[in-house]
Amino acid sequence: MRLSRRRTLTLGMAGAAIAVLPVRGHATAPQTDDLIARFTGGARTVSGQLTLTLPSVATNGASVNVSVDCPDAVAIRLIATANPTPEVFTVAFSPLAGSQRISTRIRLAESQEVIALARMPDGSFAEARAHVSVTTSGFT
Amino acid sequence: MNDIDARSRIRVPSHAARDEVVQIRTSITHPMENGARVSPDGTPVPRRIINRFICTFNDQRVLDMDIGPGVSANPFLEFDARVPASGRFYFEWQDDSGAVYRDSASIEVS
Repeated sequence: MRLSRRRTLTLGMAGAAIAVLPVRGHATAPQTDDLIARFTGGARTVSGQLTLTLPSVATNGASVNVSVDCPDAVAIRLIATANPTPEVFTVAFSPLAGSQRISTRIRLAESQEVIALARMPDGSFAEARAHVSVTTSGFT
Repeated sequence: MNDIDARSRIRVPSHAARDEVVQIRTSITHPMENGARVSPDGTPVPRRIINRFICTFNDQRVLDMDIGPGVSANPFLEFDARVPASGRFYFEWQDDSGAVYRDSASIEVS
């Protein structure tokens, strides 16, 4: 491909824009979208079956109680959209799992939206979101 | 790499009815060093986390979890398992260094 002067300028500007974007220290929306897409394969998600339990205010971001519960799900992914590494965990349930629920404690870097996704046995996907206000960052 | 004194604690009932769903709690002492920290002398602290947890009953999988640095230090988990027969629950925590920590507990079906 030959680069015309105009094309070179356009590429240069696009490159500059991309170089500037990642300066934000946390996950950008494309990163979250990508994490969702890699789990769902781009399928539509529905809300309702999946319960995401989080406090609305977390004074200590280093340890925030979270619980996800989605009857019959085969897998659940949790995404903390503004963490340095947004993927918190992905759990796969086998038939011997007595429920499709798991509770743990997570780190949150700042106030943010947390997203839970569940893959259902029929190939559909469920989604739940919660906003948490964080007083002290869990990443220091 | 110096090893971590990773001590696990598990809570599994000792008895259950056949096919009863029981609650299991596990935790393990581990710093879950997230790789984003800098030590006081300015050098970055390398990431070292538990990146996978597996629970098995006898030779059957119960759950398999991929874990990222967003899970808190001393990772705690609470979940449910169905107990089809007498047997043993096996728990395995894998960390970034390749270390594997294991624990187990038996359960009697009456």
